[in-house]
Amino acid sequence: MADAALRRSAAGTAPRPRAERRRFAGAGLVGGTVLWLSIVVLLPLAAVASSAFSDGFSAFWHAATSPEAKAALQLTLEMSIAAAVFNAVAGTAIAWVLVRDSFRGKRFVEGLVDLPFALPTIVAGLTLIALYGPRAPLGIDVAYTRWGIFVALLFVTLPFGVRAVQPVLMELDPDVEAAAASLGARPGTIVRRIILPSLRPAILSGMALAFARALGEFGAITLIAGNQPFKTEYASVFISNQIESGAQTAAAAVSVVLLVLSLIALLALEAGERRAARHGG
Amino acid sequence: MAAETRRRLPLRVLVLLYLGLLVLGPVAMVFGRAFEHGAGQAVSAVTSSNALHAIGMTLLMAAIAVPLNAVFGIAAGLLLVRGPRWLRTPLGAVLNLPFAVPPVVAGLALVLLAGRTGWFGPWLETHGIQLLFSWPGMVMVTVFISLPFVAREVVPVLREVGSEQEEAAQTLGASDWQTFRRITLPTIRTAIAYGVVLTTARAIGEYGAVSIVSGKIEGKTQTLPLFVENRISQFDPVAGYAASVVLAVIALLALAFMIRLQGRKEVQWQSKP
Repeated sequence: MADAALRRSAAGTAPRPRAERRRFAGAGLVGGTVLWLSIVVLLPLAAVASSAFSDGFSAFWHAATSPEAKAALQLTLEMSIAAAVFNAVAGTAIAWVLVRDSFRGKRFVEGLVDLPFALPTIVAGLTLIALYGPRAPLGIDVAYTRWGIFVALLFVTLPFGVRAVQPVLMELDPDVEAAAASLGARPGTIVRRIILPSLRPAILSGMALAFARALGEFGAITLIAGNQPFKTEYASVFISNQIESGAQTAAAAVSVVLLVLSLIALLALEAGERRAARHGG
Repeated sequence: MAAETRRRLPLRVLVLLYLGLLVLGPVAMVFGRAFEHGAGQAVSAVTSSNALHAIGMTLLMAAIAVPLNAVFGIAAGLLLVRGPRWLRTPLGAVLNLPFAVPPVVAGLALVLLAGRTGWFGPWLETHGIQLLFSWPGMVMVTVFISLPFVAREVVPVLREVGSEQEEAAQTLGASDWQTFRRITLPTIRTAIAYGVVLTTARAIGEYGAVSIVSGKIEGKTQTLPLFVENRISQFDPVAGYAASVVLAVIALLALAFMIRLQGRKEVQWQSKP
């Protein structure tokens, strides 16, 4: 077997994917890893799905569309989409400044963008309530309102919007823009018709990631939102309350809805990336 | 002012204002509020027995979850790149799942599995094993939510490097383990380090999943993030802010490591033939 490997490498005819043969796919490695992932990832999710549908589909639907659940899901969906869209704009602008502009302290700004990624969500929520809650030094108090939730979501999803766009922006060929400018195009036109279309896949992928992230947020909003049912109760807070009052099936039902929404967003993202790769993106 | 700079200025100012209001300002406020009544109060709030226990709990979570996820992350990464083809899509999908799961749902899953009426509830009770409201369950959800990072960092490097060197080593008689330790491992070292930093930051910062399964028992099953929430809702802001500063400092350290390792990752890419 070793000889065959040597012969094939020497022949150099095998295309790259085939050269990456099953070096380490010893049965132990495959078995052990599959077992581990099944227990740690698949088993818990199976339990949630099973609980949600334990009384049949209509019971699931009933639980997922109860007035309080529906209000929570609606709030969550609206806020997540709003945050994703806003982040698409803000993220692109920030990426633009990071790539095309240069000024003292730019590296510090790069660190700021990544900070929400490293900071625990409960601390994120606390930082926002410190500046925009009661005792607000700037006079803006958004505690216990939907705006508070929105700001918290913007905080936690900030890196996704920027980091999705930044590498693509760096790769853009400045010659195309220079050519357009030499043909008389104004900067606004160049942005609209050359730059933005090239960035579109990246912007969309950032939006999908931000959306999926925002759907499940809990720590950052729990302090600032006030969590009033039907008003400012986010889906994750609803689920948590249901668990605490022993209504596990209702919690599982709403959980399944969130999972499906997340998965749709991430699958759309992957499909988009595959399409971009095929079209030579 | 050069025309170029004049043109760039509005967007730059807008972006800096946005980041200042959204990130820098709030984080600075937390430091300010923590030391509002002097450093002494902040320090004593964070060295109370409950606080110290919470710090210990948080470190315990990371100490168990991170090595587990690192080891299995490397294994999964190897499988994904060098393993059987039919395994790749399902394995990749399973590895991505924890990113799609809201943390509270991860907590719910453990309750459904290990609670008194759960799938394994009766069995666990007969054997005297308690997962909920104690640290083992907390570790398990922490493992779940921080699972994919190492694997995700390792995969692109393994793909890029290719397996020729490993195959050569094997033809020269190296065992699987020798090949892994002396050929594969050095090439993925930076990726593992970066993944470990991300995993650690994520594990330390976890709130939602742990809050569901731990019962948030002060002095027993509180991690530092749970301690923060508890102190704030109990109208003890000094302790809450002080503990947040501890977490923020850890996050900043993680960020510093990330930046340094990112630089090293780029060097590795650039030095490829």
